[in-house]
Amino acid sequence: MTGPAGVLDALRQAAGGHAEQAGDGDAVDRVPARFVAAPGSTAEAAAVVRIAAAEGLAVVARGAGTKLGWGTPPRRLDLIVDTRRLDRIVEHAAGDLVVIAQAGVPLAALGERLAGDRQRLAVDEVVPGTTIGGMLGTGVTGPRRLQAGAVRDLVLGVTMVRADGVVAKAGGKVVKNVAGYDLAKLVTGAYGTLGLVTEAAFRLHPVPPAAAYVSVRVPDAAGAYQAVQQALHAQFVPAAIELDRPEAGGPVEVAVLVEGTEAGVAARAEQAVGTLGDGAARIDRPDWWGALPAGSDRSVLVKATTELTGTGRLLEGIDRAAAAAGTTAAVRGSGGVGVLHAALPGTDPAAVAAFVKALRDAAPAWQGSVVVLAAPPPVRSEVDSWGPVSGLDLMRRVKEQFDPDALLAPGRFVGGI
Amino acid sequence: MAGLSELASRLRAELGAAKVIDDRQELRTYECDGLAHYKVVPGLVVLAETTADVAAVVRACNDAGVPFVARGSGTGLSGGALPHADGVLVVTSRMRTILDVDRDGQRAVVEPGVINLHVTRAAAPSGYYYAPDPSSQQVCSIGGNVAENSGGAHCLKYGFTTNHVLGVEFVEPSGEVVEIGGKAPDAPGYDLLGTIVGSEGTLGIATRVTVRLTRAPESVRTLLAGFDGTDAAGQAVSAIIGAGVIPAAVEMMDALAIEAAEAAVHCGYPDGAGAVLIVELDGPASEVDAQFAQVRELCEKAGAFEIRIAADDTERALFWKGRKSAFAAVGRISPDYIVQDGVIPRTALPEVLRAIADLSSESGVRVANVFHAGDGNLHPLVLFDDAVPGQAERAEEVSGAILDLCLEHGGSITGEHGVGSDKAKHMPRMFTADDLDTMQLVRCAFDPDGLSNPGKVFPTPRLCGEVPGRHRGAHPLVEAGLAEQF
Repeated sequence: MTGPAGVLDALRQAAGGHAEQAGDGDAVDRVPARFVAAPGSTAEAAAVVRIAAAEGLAVVARGAGTKLGWGTPPRRLDLIVDTRRLDRIVEHAAGDLVVIAQAGVPLAALGERLAGDRQRLAVDEVVPGTTIGGMLGTGVTGPRRLQAGAVRDLVLGVTMVRADGVVAKAGGKVVKNVAGYDLAKLVTGAYGTLGLVTEAAFRLHPVPPAAAYVSVRVPDAAGAYQAVQQALHAQFVPAAIELDRPEAGGPVEVAVLVEGTEAGVAARAEQAVGTLGDGAARIDRPDWWGALPAGSDRSVLVKATTELTGTGRLLEGIDRAAAAAGTTAAVRGSGGVGVLHAALPGTDPAAVAAFVKALRDAAPAWQGSVVVLAAPPPVRSEVDSWGPVSGLDLMRRVKEQFDPDALLAPGRFVGGI
Repeated sequence: MAGLSELASRLRAELGAAKVIDDRQELRTYECDGLAHYKVVPGLVVLAETTADVAAVVRACNDAGVPFVARGSGTGLSGGALPHADGVLVVTSRMRTILDVDRDGQRAVVEPGVINLHVTRAAAPSGYYYAPDPSSQQVCSIGGNVAENSGGAHCLKYGFTTNHVLGVEFVEPSGEVVEIGGKAPDAPGYDLLGTIVGSEGTLGIATRVTVRLTRAPESVRTLLAGFDGTDAAGQAVSAIIGAGVIPAAVEMMDALAIEAAEAAVHCGYPDGAGAVLIVELDGPASEVDAQFAQVRELCEKAGAFEIRIAADDTERALFWKGRKSAFAAVGRISPDYIVQDGVIPRTALPEVLRAIADLSSESGVRVANVFHAGDGNLHPLVLFDDAVPGQAERAEEVSGAILDLCLEHGGSITGEHGVGSDKAKHMPRMFTADDLDTMQLVRCAFDPDGLSNPGKVFPTPRLCGEVPGRHRGAHPLVEAGLAEQF
């Protein structure tokens, strides 16, 4: 191919005419791209990736672009593969509780389609606008994970384009299947570094006819831990146990979701009120439910995990780290799962770096990890976004096998993968 | 062979003589797993007691270029733990310490040789249990469950082993010991755990496993319904799922399977039933009561002529006894049989069962059907008499044709027994060469020399030195328009 014009021509032909020069808006974390191609099928996606492979173009996949700032910035970038034309719901086998959807389908659109059959993909739309591809790439989950599992637990199979343009499938479209390696889990949460997922099959759940929220306000981390523990060990089977703490060191709201039949939910919500103790009450869905902590001045998003006995210590650890770093953190997340998110101001990179370091140093006490999901570029360059990674050597070998020339989202993932 | 005797000497020196077996008679004890018609006497057996033992064996094998195979209780039904004649069988059944039962954290940490049911026993006093419950749960090991991603009757609602394993300490095929996952969720990096669970021992050996403990339900209610035939029972299952009920378990047996179970364990299923359904609901009492009434009604509507409700745990155990003993029970009505394990989309059940019946009558080979009806996992038992020339071959053909039916309906060649030695040859019927090649990229990352349980899962090994990217060099646009080739 002769020069950039030749590459663009080739991309256009490969993607059914849908390729163009990249503009300023196509940069990923300020790293500019050269081309954008929008394939409309797996075959077109494969043709696009083969051109990238032949030309040595570094590729980042983009759906709605809602989480492009997550992960470290790409080391280099040539081609954005825009997945939004991959927008078909390929098959909804309602009687089998299975759906197959292309990567560019917005999670909300899928939800609307499934709702007609009183079914759902039990993944909360934590980041509004998210596509199936973005959900898979980041593995982001919300409150319902407690009962329904994470994205990796719900994905049954994937069709992906490898870095060399070869199309491969793994898994299937039945809920039970142990034939071959479960590559669908491997690519979930891999930030697009192993392949370009074009299509995926998911296990669905029926939408329960009734739901209720019960919440309690407690003064501190110890109270929050106690409330979460009581809900976890009770037998009313919460669908979700969430907590919200707008200010480090401040009071915490612990809220529980109960879903089921009308009669069952009424009785279980009563049990939940009793379990959560003084001041607990049935409420409408809290306005913070299922959303990441945020705020106009809070541009840094940190994900912190813990063993289930460590939720209180993690909350206190965040307090201490924020105080020591001279910053403040709003915390929200799935107390019943052990995943919390903290939002911090991004104006002082050194303070964020100090916070992350302090929290990471303390995290082994609750067996947790600390990952900086989103941050403005000046902060990114100050912090180690991923932190220590167990098994990194194996992960590098996996990457080396799947993408020996490091063309797929280079530098976006752990250890510079 | 010389290589193995040197290896045996090294291992005796490193581990102590008591852990190393090379006596031919003793080695024979390990010649097969639960799939007994595949037999290979291992070159050497090591009875590992610690992670260090496993790592030492694997390192020694790696140094000598000798293959190794891990084995737990040896109950697998696909020949996944079939030994290698020139290799080492690493037996983990002595590693059976439950290291930690963390009720508040809803986790247990166990060694790989720990028996599945023992985890539940250890957790029960604090009101918890380990959810995955393969029928062999009284004898099968957690290490084997991890290798096979074992299922069980209750995985319809609660998921499989892969949904309940949070971490492993893992010996890589190089002998390196690595921690993957743990008590906290979402360790940063690739989901190696999701790849390891169900990889059938081809990526290395788990030496410690962190599992989720599940809160015991407040209420469990079980009914047994008798139907004239499998069509009506299948309609009941569709109606239950269609009503938005996800039972803890939905199990079906057909007339021949019932006959076998009656002969073996006298389970007293409804007289004259052409199919029975066991439906179990669990959860908060208020939910279970509401849904149980609904399930009962749906079974009646679908034509159940008799419905029994378990009054207590004893009666529930009796309902399950017939089902859980079904595989072995078939021995009462046939000298030999093949246990098949295939999956179909649940809604294809009536059609596939009719096709199996046709296959059976055309070939004269009897097939008893036992299955996890809720998730479409079939276990046809193909009956034959090995003493009659030609019967075994005909049974094999019918068994293979059943897998074809599963694939034609968009299903899988295995739902829970694994690929192992038995079904590696069928993998190309479910996956393309490119699909299999892509899976083997993972194999090459973990085990470039192919020493960990070679010959299982994949019909042909990948040479890990091969440069991926067979399409490179050809002009991409030549192929750009050829959508149908994908």
